[in-house]
Amino acid sequence: MKPARFTYHDPAAIADALTLLAENEDSRLLAGGQSLMPMMNFRFVQPAHLIDLNPVQELSFIHVDAKALSFGAMTRQRQIQNDPDVRQACPIILEALSHVGHRQTRARGTIGGSISHFDPSAELCNMAALHDAEVILARKGSQRTLTFDRFGIGYLTTAIEPDELLREVRLKRWPERHGYAFEEFAMRHGDFAICAVSCLLTLSRHGTVDDVAIAVSGVAPTPQRLKAFEISARGQAPGHDLYREAATQAAAIEATSDAYTTADYRRHLARILTYRAMQTAVARFNSQAK
Amino acid sequence: MTDTRSIVVVVNGKRYERAVDTRQTLADFLRLDLGLTGTHLGCEHGVCGACTVRLDGAAVRSCLMLAVQAHEKTVQTVEGLAGNDELSPLQQAFHDKHALQCGFCTSGILMTMTEFLEENPSPTEAEVRAALSGNICRCTGYQNIVEAVLATAVALRDKRNAAL
Repeated sequence: MKPARFTYHDPAAIADALTLLAENEDSRLLAGGQSLMPMMNFRFVQPAHLIDLNPVQELSFIHVDAKALSFGAMTRQRQIQNDPDVRQACPIILEALSHVGHRQTRARGTIGGSISHFDPSAELCNMAALHDAEVILARKGSQRTLTFDRFGIGYLTTAIEPDELLREVRLKRWPERHGYAFEEFAMRHGDFAICAVSCLLTLSRHGTVDDVAIAVSGVAPTPQRLKAFEISARGQAPGHDLYREAATQAAAIEATSDAYTTADYRRHLARILTYRAMQTAVARFNSQAK
Repeated sequence: MTDTRSIVVVVNGKRYERAVDTRQTLADFLRLDLGLTGTHLGCEHGVCGACTVRLDGAAVRSCLMLAVQAHEKTVQTVEGLAGNDELSPLQQAFHDKHALQCGFCTSGILMTMTEFLEENPSPTEAEVRAALSGNICRCTGYQNIVEAVLATAVALRDKRNAAL
């Protein structure tokens, strides 16, 4: 249970990290290490070069403005949890983070690491999908911005090229008054989510749906937005019928099956958690001062 | 062809300078190079918490860190909890409340909960249990661990109030 040999690099700045990536083909980036190190200890991955991003200060920042929340890729999950501007602008991300691993893993784990690893049940990937995130990928000499739906490709697979690193994630900010909910089912608190559903919504002054976003994780290899529902829900009155419509669409997601969990069970959870998430989000919106 | 680096680490207040294999984990460095075997290896993939130490104050999984990453940082292990003649308040509570049996998980839990109580001096039982989620214990069923943590919170509060 020890990693195989590698050459270790600790670049001081992004530019140095990018040069190392460009020059060394068989390399891996070390962020929080909470996903990569287990794989290296098991020898599932055996990179010839390990590029440690922890010394690169410029990759760690939180910036909240009227339009977006921007996170440097190396920002620790715990830092995000403790940030008062994030709490004010985006309370749902704090709820999601409370399900991410445990306090010890959140002390080192990063938002960029989680998003690049792209586990199907990752709560931060769910948050990125929910908030129409943009990711900034950098390589030596250039960088590019991708929308999240272009970024996520499949099971543990993103559009990041071997010579690129993820440097920033930007989440679209919702209006100050918004309803939100995060529902997750896992065998034990902190375990990988079998299914997680998040919901953001605003209601018009008539009480009908103004805008809604729902993201379902753990069912398919990538987080799924209920886009068709989101469009049809506009102008509709919240209530049992609407929640059930969302739940039905969630249950129609093509689900994966594995040794532990059947596709049927995932869809079952998606249905229930989506209903609850909508219900809670509406209640939260209504309980907030106008 | 090994890749080595020279590191300087302060562990439990004492400065060490050593040459390490870059692939050596922090847990192995503490146990094998420094002889501090109070930090235990249960799973070596980050799920059991037996290896928890405090890096610059933060409780982290030492099996998922490389020793080189601790260069110029401070580490506290379970060996650093007790004072010269006295167990730490949490250690004393573990003793009083029978919060350990085989003791294998205990060092990781002590490090985690010492940090937790510093952040949250008046926790509810639910908060204690949530904070414990990253440490597995096969022996105790956690009940006495929770009681020991809650008792320590009370004892520390009483001590602070008495000092006022």
